[in-house]
Amino acid sequence: MTLVWLSLVLATCASTWWLSSDGGAVVLASAAILAIAGIKVRLIMIHFMELGRAPWAWRLVFEVWVVVVVLAIQAVYLRWVSV
Amino acid sequence: MNSQAALDPRYAARRLPGIEGVWVFVAADLAVFGLFFVSFVRDRGRNAALFEQARQSLDAGIGGINTLILLTSSWFVALAVQAAQAGAARRIPRLLAWAVACGLVFAVLKVIEYAHQLRTGTSMLTNDFYMYYFTLTGIHLLHVAAGTVILLILWNRARAGAYGRANCAGLEGGATFWHMVDLLWVVIFPLLYLLK
Repeated sequence: MTLVWLSLVLATCASTWWLSSDGGAVVLASAAILAIAGIKVRLIMIHFMELGRAPWAWRLVFEVWVVVVVLAIQAVYLRWVSV
Repeated sequence: MNSQAALDPRYAARRLPGIEGVWVFVAADLAVFGLFFVSFVRDRGRNAALFEQARQSLDAGIGGINTLILLTSSWFVALAVQAAQAGAARRIPRLLAWAVACGLVFAVLKVIEYAHQLRTGTSMLTNDFYMYYFTLTGIHLLHVAAGTVILLILWNRARAGAYGRANCAGLEGGATFWHMVDLLWVVIFPLLYLLK
């Protein structure tokens, strides 16, 4: 549990104060920030919310949500970036 | 060998912790917010310069700190549930109290942020970015408020010794709701504050 929290804290610090600093590959940084957000959400779901031990059907619903939402955001974001 | 298997936690049956109704609510809430998120990114794409300019007026530092606060509060709640499941009921009240404290600090920081924005003349009517900002964070703040009240109720019941190994469904149900509150902010924060 504490290990999960540490990972979440590190990922948050990386996104907030390192990846989002000015200059450099903005699109790549934004994509990384979104991916990291997805990973953090999944960590919270699997470990804090105990979905890792839940019936597969329930776990699938939320795993799918994470994948669909993160991919949709990435896709829409990238689609407009190239314009 | 068979009795060993029966005692081995890896063979424990899968179960949905807490209250199924809460999970149904969480799924529905996540679906609605998911649509909201995609809608934001689409509108952002159409107004990239405006959204980016407005985004820069946000304080990512406060937002990041708020993220750390909610993550820590979820950690406390997860530890409290773990304590109940392990039969260490005495630990529960203090852990929940810390979680409540975190929820309150988050709310205070958010209100301070809002106050500053409103004082400088920015509101949800200023432009589309701010419409999304105030709506998303505002609805989320309502969730934080509801969740904090739930945690307070759980804390009060825990102090009366209501939760333990044989009775933790209510605690787990409240925990599920709180983790959802945390999880939502984990997406809202980078979307509004960090995405360039």
